[in-house]
Amino acid sequence: MTTAPTAGGAPTSFLEVRDLRIHFPTDDGLVKSVDGLSFRLEKGRTLGIVGESGSGKSVTSLGIMGLHTVGQYGRRKARISGEIWLDGKELMSADPDEVRRLRGREMAMIFQDPLSAMHPYFTVGAQIVEAYRVHHDVDKKTARTRAVELLDRVGIPQPDRRVDDYPHQFSGGMRQRAMIAMALVNNPELLIADEPTTALDVTVQAQILDLIRDLQKEFGSAVIVITHDLGVVAELADDILVMYGGRCVERGPAEQVFHAPQHPYTWGLLGSMPRIDREQTERLIPVKGSPPSLINVPDGCAFNPRCPYADLPKGGITRTERPELRPVPDAGDGRPHLTACHLPQQDRTRIWNEEIAPKL
Amino acid sequence: MTAPLHDTNAAETAAVDVAAGVPAKAIEGRSPWRIAWIRLKRDKVALTGGIVVLLLILVAIFAPVIVGLLGHPPNEFHEETIDPLFSTPKEAWGGISSDFLFGVEPGNGRDVFSRVVYGARVSLLVAFLAAVVAVVIGTVLGIVAGYFGGWIDAVVSRVMDLLLAFPQLLFIIALVSVVPNSLWGLSGSGVRMAVLIAVIGFFGWPYVGRIVRGQTLSLREREYVEAARSLGAGRLYILFRELLPNLVAPITVYATLMIPTNVLTEAALSFLGAGVKPPTASWGQMLSKAVSTYEADPMFMIIPGLAIFVTVLAFNLFGDGVRDALDPKGSR
Repeated sequence: MTTAPTAGGAPTSFLEVRDLRIHFPTDDGLVKSVDGLSFRLEKGRTLGIVGESGSGKSVTSLGIMGLHTVGQYGRRKARISGEIWLDGKELMSADPDEVRRLRGREMAMIFQDPLSAMHPYFTVGAQIVEAYRVHHDVDKKTARTRAVELLDRVGIPQPDRRVDDYPHQFSGGMRQRAMIAMALVNNPELLIADEPTTALDVTVQAQILDLIRDLQKEFGSAVIVITHDLGVVAELADDILVMYGGRCVERGPAEQVFHAPQHPYTWGLLGSMPRIDREQTERLIPVKGSPPSLINVPDGCAFNPRCPYADLPKGGITRTERPELRPVPDAGDGRPHLTACHLPQQDRTRIWNEEIAPKL
Repeated sequence: MTAPLHDTNAAETAAVDVAAGVPAKAIEGRSPWRIAWIRLKRDKVALTGGIVVLLLILVAIFAPVIVGLLGHPPNEFHEETIDPLFSTPKEAWGGISSDFLFGVEPGNGRDVFSRVVYGARVSLLVAFLAAVVAVVIGTVLGIVAGYFGGWIDAVVSRVMDLLLAFPQLLFIIALVSVVPNSLWGLSGSGVRMAVLIAVIGFFGWPYVGRIVRGQTLSLREREYVEAARSLGAGRLYILFRELLPNLVAPITVYATLMIPTNVLTEAALSFLGAGVKPPTASWGQMLSKAVSTYEADPMFMIIPGLAIFVTVLAFNLFGDGVRDALDPKGSR
């Protein structure tokens, strides 16, 4: 589907990203944070974007929100190309002011660190009220009622009193809930959660994930969850997109990616995740090496220096030619499952079944 | 805390309160300003400075009342108190008496007390308004330069560098001598004061501008600014609602410390003859006049000198206290 060059014209999906590229010119060279990413997402569904630190996950989310170009005048800009279609509108070529009006109302974002994402100077309530009044022409009292209602909805106890507290008076989990309330106050149709649980402890993580899932059911929004924690996507996502070195290496329905992963990097991620639903056999297997520099991405397949199977395909093709995203044959229920790997399909199936799966 | 529904239940409700404990002593959110105020109240030196500042402001505002009660009109001559031969006050200590609290001016016998009181008006008015001018220009340009960056920042920063390198005292003296007698609907001393305010304020803004710009540069990268953008906040909203509140503390501190500098500048300019025009009283002008008679009448120099000294010291102590109180790293 998406590897085909853009034919132009509005897509039928709610959100469609086509060949998104976000590059940052720096003194050291061009940082290719996102290099040709495409995906689509329907309302009411959740897409999980996974990958190591520095694989371009957060840059992607900020790119969709159009936040790379805001408030930059004459500074060296991020170079962005591609298309982002939200609800039939193309955002990349749209007037920045129009995109600004969409932010908050049509698409909203939950940030990673809830302490630094709330203004320390204003009460939590005042911030939610302001977020509401940016898009709704209502008086402060109505907006405040709405703020209290949302704080209640996200599970803040005594919302009518806590609404007047400052962010520092909230615990980490409460702050993240308040952050979610702020993002949801305008009923956005697209919610991007950028590592929503990274700063929280495990029990609170579970509560926040439940909350996001419940709210999605209630509001029917499309959700993108960005994380490096496979446990989080396993909980939430319908579809999974695995990113490596600014590109998508595997994408497919969550069950498929978890039960029949195709890319060696996905195997590595699964191998380094502790599981409690199976008997533990050996030590966890980390992915060897470290993520590539986005200034100097390895030739060929970006994963080749770390891939244990890099020499399997003939002619050193992994080091010279970048693999394209190709559909995996006979993958499940018809929803596409794609992967970018030079390994022949039968080798991949064999390695997964014989070498990887038994160790997980 | 809810009121008891029935009086008969009052005792019971109270008992519940004591048991629960929480609603009776609810933890109260304190705004940064309240915390600063509590800290300031504990700092005795700063508090003294603040009280003196407050008194000076009251003196300046109620100058006519105070002079009416305790002195003589500031421009009234009392030649009977002056020795016609040496033209110095007849009485010892510069003519200090119950009638003339701070003595009389050599030569014409004007009441020094009244002139010091009226001089406070000029000093404080010029110092305050010049600080306001500097803070407004400096904040707006600094925040805009820091937030937008690029060529806007380059232009503003170079202008600031230029102004900081400018020989402002010489420029003001030269400017004052060419300013016409009536301007902007003002005349006489009014023109001079307006010029002083405009010029001192104009040369003061780069100091504020630099601080604001530097702070803005670091604040604009904060995640909550990004979060505000992600919720659809506009440019002006981010500048004045997200960034400005964080700048209020450094600006306040700088403004309170800029006022005494302005008092000194105004006194220096008046001393050099570039301040308000006689007969309007000003401290610098009195000092300048005292230079020729200080051997015979030192009190006439000491009193306006003390007025300047006390004012500057009080503002500095108060400003330091405000800075400590607003410092979030300071101990509570």
